[in-house]
Amino acid sequence: MSILVNKDTKVIVQGFTGGEGTFHSEQCMAYGTNIVGGVTPGKGGQTHLGKPVFNTVKEAVKATGATVSMVFVPPAFVGDAVMEAATAGIELAVIITEGAPVKDMQAAKACATKNGMMTIGPNCPGIITADECKIGIMPGAIFKKGNVGLISKSGTLTYEGANQVVNEGYGITTAVGIGGDPIIGLSYKQLLQMFQDDPETEAIVMIGEIGGDLEIQAAQFIKENVTKPVVAFIAGQTAPKGKRMGHAGAIISGTAGTAKEKMDALSAVGVEVVVSPAEIGKAVKKVLS
Amino acid sequence: MNIHEYQAKQIFAQYGVPTPRGIIANTPDEAVANAKELGGNIWVVKAQIHAGGRGLGGGVKLAKSLEEVKQLADEILGMTLVTHQTGPEGKLVQKVYIEEGADIQDELYLSVVLDRAAEMPIIMASTEGGMDIETVAAETPEKIIKVAVDPAFGFQGYHGRELVFGLGITDKAEQKKMIQFASKLYNLYMDKDAEMIEINPLIKTGSGDFLALDGKMGFDDSALGRHPDIEAMRDISEEDPDEREASQYGLSYIALDGEIGCMVNGAGLAMGTMDTINYMGGTPANFLDVGGTASAETVAKGFEIILKNPNVKAIFVNIFGGIVRCDRIANGILEATKMVDVNVPVVVRLDGTNAPEAAEILKNANIDNVIAATDLGDGAAKAVAAAKGEK
Repeated sequence: MSILVNKDTKVIVQGFTGGEGTFHSEQCMAYGTNIVGGVTPGKGGQTHLGKPVFNTVKEAVKATGATVSMVFVPPAFVGDAVMEAATAGIELAVIITEGAPVKDMQAAKACATKNGMMTIGPNCPGIITADECKIGIMPGAIFKKGNVGLISKSGTLTYEGANQVVNEGYGITTAVGIGGDPIIGLSYKQLLQMFQDDPETEAIVMIGEIGGDLEIQAAQFIKENVTKPVVAFIAGQTAPKGKRMGHAGAIISGTAGTAKEKMDALSAVGVEVVVSPAEIGKAVKKVLS
Repeated sequence: MNIHEYQAKQIFAQYGVPTPRGIIANTPDEAVANAKELGGNIWVVKAQIHAGGRGLGGGVKLAKSLEEVKQLADEILGMTLVTHQTGPEGKLVQKVYIEEGADIQDELYLSVVLDRAAEMPIIMASTEGGMDIETVAAETPEKIIKVAVDPAFGFQGYHGRELVFGLGITDKAEQKKMIQFASKLYNLYMDKDAEMIEINPLIKTGSGDFLALDGKMGFDDSALGRHPDIEAMRDISEEDPDEREASQYGLSYIALDGEIGCMVNGAGLAMGTMDTINYMGGTPANFLDVGGTASAETVAKGFEIILKNPNVKAIFVNIFGGIVRCDRIANGILEATKMVDVNVPVVVRLDGTNAPEAAEILKNANIDNVIAATDLGDGAAKAVAAAKGEK
């Protein structure tokens, strides 16, 4: 078991024939992802990486039965692409592209919600179910099958966390990079619930960052709904006030959204909070033994 | 991207958001000429820097004669203004805005920002204008009125009514003016992909008009491509030169006041690395994210920027290669040692894609002050020890 995606998930790629889309689609296929085709307007009818290319998502869904789309289109076209997927019957859009305007994502998210489509990202590494299905840009080799679910705002901390879990002799069910932009799709709450319901997941690693209050909301949710052990790390304890640290989400304004506030809230509900990401693996071992 | 007050007011004018009249000046003589052109007998001389709290810092002064305009402009131009938002180093004032004096009867607060939880813009208003809004939020949160506007449906009459009744505006004509003010500000926020607009104070004059006495605006960097008019307002002198140089090479750099230079891929891991150094008893000298497409050249540039900081006693390179390939980083380190004099110990931890190749490259290069680390904890510990002069 796993959450959201597995070896049978049929995936299309929007922005299939572009440089990034091509490179990462190849990597995903090599990992075992069932990519059934892609969409590039104007290139419909062609074949790319041995798979059919369509002009529109509607055509792609009709011809392939795809339920998930991996979005690699350039930033200015992400909003449009996500709305196209939402109205064409796609169930989950995984948005990798970095730098999409916030206004566009706001509209795209509203459209997705209205059409019952889930989204992950934007500006994220994607989602991976170990040994089955990789939809994103993470190095697949470090994600070994196991019983730990992982949710992270940060890309490279996802890899760091998964690597430590594996080095301690455990493994990953599914790992999801949710991104740190102002508007994101699936967040801690929804994913915590999915991992709680997944019989194979025995512990959950949650990696957050300064800025916003998603981790505080997650703490409340864990208290009420999650019985499985949770390990958490919040990046940015040493970040200076008012400075933006790369991610749009990683900005502190006033006292809201500091690492300490989030760590305290999570500790208070019984989460195993680590002060350094170097301790994630050991903490997982502790809660599982 | 942020802009100056005078630029924000130019945009307000385009959208019919009322402001006092004013003209920007670069010299005291220009300031006097501007005051003459504006007419009247009272003017405000306002320092233009990208930070709040200018009034308290002595950057906003009232002049009651043209001589006083000249004297104040002379004082303020070229001063280093320190406010609670500039940091202790302050900011150099290069322009002053000369504005006509306003008849202030009441001071209000109005802003438009993104509400992340509601996933739509929110208009915030308060009767407590002129005060720091964070103080108002902490002490008297009931005095802040919040109205979320769904862009799918736009600004409606009820949004306006919630604002004016919340602010206690009872006069019909004044209600109408305030609703128009807020609706125009919302439209401007959406049209220009603003990240934040804040007017503090928004004043009511003796004749019952509402004017934006101040104006602060920030824009979504990701959307600047479709707003060349906004991009043209960028004032690079307001940006940190090192941060700006780094950004030209695709690096995201922020100087801090510690001793261990950091070079990391990904913002989250970069912050996590700083946290780990701190946890191990060291202090980070900077945040540096080399991004997803680091090459030998960008890594070398990263070293150059880190080493400009004289406080740096050791460097910790922490790369978890996903998109970034570790062999490229290893080559970058070799390049850097040829291009810049790397005179401090460099602890290197490379993991992920092509890590074995990278280890081989570094081993063969056999550079004296490069110390290999096996993982994040090991690397941070070695960097802290190296910065303390221990081997």
